[in-house]
Amino acid sequence: MKRFAALFAALDTTTRTSEKTAALAAYFREAPDQDRLWTIALLSGRRPKRAVNATRLAEWAAEVAGLPGWLFEESYAVTGDLAETIALILPPPALPEAATLTDWITRIRGLAALPEPERREAVLEAWTALEGTERFLFNKLITGGFRMGVAQGLMTRALAQATGIAEPDIALRLMGDWTPDTTTFAALVLTNDPGANLARPYPFCLAHALEQEPEALGPPEDWAADWKWDGIRGQAVLRGGRFTLWSRGEELVTDRFPELTELADRLPNGTVIDGEILAFSAEGDGAPLPFAALQKRIGRKTVSKKLLADTPVILMAYDLLEDEGRDIRAEPLAARQAALRRLAKNVPASAPFRLSPPLPFANWPALAALRADAAAAGAEGVMIKRLASPYHVGRKRGDWWKWKLDPMTFDAVMVYAQAGHGRRANLYTDFTFALWQGEELVPVTKAYSGLTDAEFGEITAWVRKNTLERFGPVRRVTPALVFEIAFEGIQESPRHKSGIALRFPRMLRWRRDKPAAEADTLETARDLLNARR
Amino acid sequence: MAREPVLTFTDRGIHCPAGDFYIDPWRPVDRAIVTHAHSDHARSGMGHYLATPRSLAAMRHRLGPITAQALEFGVPLRIGGATVSLHPAGHVPGSAQVRVEVAGEVWVVSGDYKIAPDGLSEPFEPVRCDAFISECTFGLPVFRWRPEAEIRAEVNRWWAGNAADGRASVLGAYSLGKAQRLLAGLDPGIGPILTHGAVEEMTAILRLQGLMLPETIRVVPGVDAKSHPGALVLAPPAALGTPWARRFGPASEGFASGWMRLRGIRRRRSVDRGFVISDHADWDGLNTAIRETGASRVFVTHGYTTVFRRWLADQGYDAGIVATDWQGDEAEAAAEVTE
Repeated sequence: MKRFAALFAALDTTTRTSEKTAALAAYFREAPDQDRLWTIALLSGRRPKRAVNATRLAEWAAEVAGLPGWLFEESYAVTGDLAETIALILPPPALPEAATLTDWITRIRGLAALPEPERREAVLEAWTALEGTERFLFNKLITGGFRMGVAQGLMTRALAQATGIAEPDIALRLMGDWTPDTTTFAALVLTNDPGANLARPYPFCLAHALEQEPEALGPPEDWAADWKWDGIRGQAVLRGGRFTLWSRGEELVTDRFPELTELADRLPNGTVIDGEILAFSAEGDGAPLPFAALQKRIGRKTVSKKLLADTPVILMAYDLLEDEGRDIRAEPLAARQAALRRLAKNVPASAPFRLSPPLPFANWPALAALRADAAAAGAEGVMIKRLASPYHVGRKRGDWWKWKLDPMTFDAVMVYAQAGHGRRANLYTDFTFALWQGEELVPVTKAYSGLTDAEFGEITAWVRKNTLERFGPVRRVTPALVFEIAFEGIQESPRHKSGIALRFPRMLRWRRDKPAAEADTLETARDLLNARR
Repeated sequence: MAREPVLTFTDRGIHCPAGDFYIDPWRPVDRAIVTHAHSDHARSGMGHYLATPRSLAAMRHRLGPITAQALEFGVPLRIGGATVSLHPAGHVPGSAQVRVEVAGEVWVVSGDYKIAPDGLSEPFEPVRCDAFISECTFGLPVFRWRPEAEIRAEVNRWWAGNAADGRASVLGAYSLGKAQRLLAGLDPGIGPILTHGAVEEMTAILRLQGLMLPETIRVVPGVDAKSHPGALVLAPPAALGTPWARRFGPASEGFASGWMRLRGIRRRRSVDRGFVISDHADWDGLNTAIRETGASRVFVTHGYTTVFRRWLADQGYDAGIVATDWQGDEAEAAAEVTE
């Protein structure tokens, strides 16, 4: 655990990717096999299930530290992290132990089965054995909240450096439905066995947001465009007569969308398709349903007949990665899409399958005009992909661009402020915004992001001086600061006093030029609601 | 008729009616007693200042010509109907608590303080009193500091490691107090110690006040990573990440503050290395200090006042909150992000 804690500390204290990679690579060279395997598992989101209830844990820690519950809660509010709060308030370890990461994970996985008094004993014993960062990590692992700021790509690179195996090969080997119980470090990372897992998907190719004008991309004839669908990115893998469906988070979601299993009968073996899982109405020519409809399906592991009938899904296909058992990712997009069209010809119109239609455009202004109509097509914007590009691993700049619709905006007044968590502890960063309704300011949304640390620092000083009332951690402030709030969607919400709810609200900028009286009205927001229908 | 309190809380600062003086006032007054030379406590515009000789030396540097009287630690001074004396607060060299006695009743204003000796500042002295006005910048049980020897070893290990990798070590620390405290713990055997002008000037003043500190070299054009390989550079936090700091090439940046105890703040500062080093009392320090005064009344100011007051009330103290314009490290932390 000491070695793993040192790795965590090294990754946590540097912001330089090269140093993070070097620290990870050194760890992958030196750590015992089972620890390496668990580290890969943890860094790819395969963490142990929560073993202890967070409330219990807080109670036990306060008790050991000799602090009243309210003081523990106040400390938690400042650090913003339960595992850290516990690690900080406990006395130093009385009996330090030198067990490995795997030893500790084994103990942690045994916790859930213990009756509560024994579980408590085991946790208290761990706290007296672990110090500083180790204790923090232990707490993260038992509460199921372990995260480490390492992107999958960075881990892949570090493993490639440590083993001398090419990065794309490593990426492919780490995909799929494995756990440290079902494999070993040697079998997972060091062995090249393509038949080992027929269900294995390819790493997804990810797009960058287009931040400049599309003219900067050069001649339009080098590019293809289609809609940017508002669903879940998915990969359909059909090999050896077996159909599996993967989401971008590398999660196996075959069982959540049982209607797509039909594709096993419609497509040949040795096919891997990249596309979007979309809630879709079959009426007329068919049309995507709003994302809110798909949300009802996400997270449901078993799907009722009614839900299947009310919210059917389709696979909106846009790329072909494997054709007749051959990995064609290196071929140009134009060739892959031609192959995809050929396959699609044999799929009957009744099947839950569509080709994402190409959007022909003669010049960039024409594409801009198409993009402006994205909402009417049930899309979020357009995707622009270079016709000559291969299917990259991960987020590589230059060939795939997403060009989303501009967000909707209004100017709202800050009415409440709350201190942030984690890296924003002791700064006021979580704000509630209101719009005018007559003489009254009606809260409409919260937002946390979009400003610079310098602006948050300035607002923090302002909040301290302009607090009207405190409700625990929340401060009601003088309604004076105006912010432009951007959001991706707006819908009716009887649960909110304002009657509306926003999707992805964030602060676009601080309108220092605008007095509160000139902020927008609730009516303006309701107009947006009607306009989007 | 009830007796007038020894100290009252006004919008100019803490006032002693019997002696008609203020302690660390934030608006101009005729007579000010100043606990220490940090800018939120020692402000300009007072008719007359009283402070320890070390504080006065730093204040004269920062405030320019002032009318002032030096008072050594432990020497009683009669001002009107009050008897005043200064006692080490252990915050920075020269920092004092102010003891005020009127008709047998004793009140103490802590100023900023820390209990654990730092090897440089005059060690904190507990002063028995009836009422204690205490700072509580770090008044939460998550804040606990480690012994000075461990901290010094940690900083020297970091410096030696960087020097071995051919990198400079740039360490951010406030120019009065924290910088000299760090300096006192550095091992000059590792390499040269360079200083930013603001740090060098304050260090020179404190050397004149009798502090023994390792040799330093002021950073001027021509003094950089090439001329002084493996150097440690002491600079005010505001200099980190600026063109000034870039002259040291690929350097590791460190920052010393009590706030570095919190992971979130370490990450926000995004320095390479955060050292948990504070010139304020930690949770245990605050509790010990308050217990040792024997005071039954405690007023808390700047920091986690609401929480700390409630904790003291739970412990049986008659505890209140005083609003002051002193900011302590809370302001430092907010300022850190605006740099």
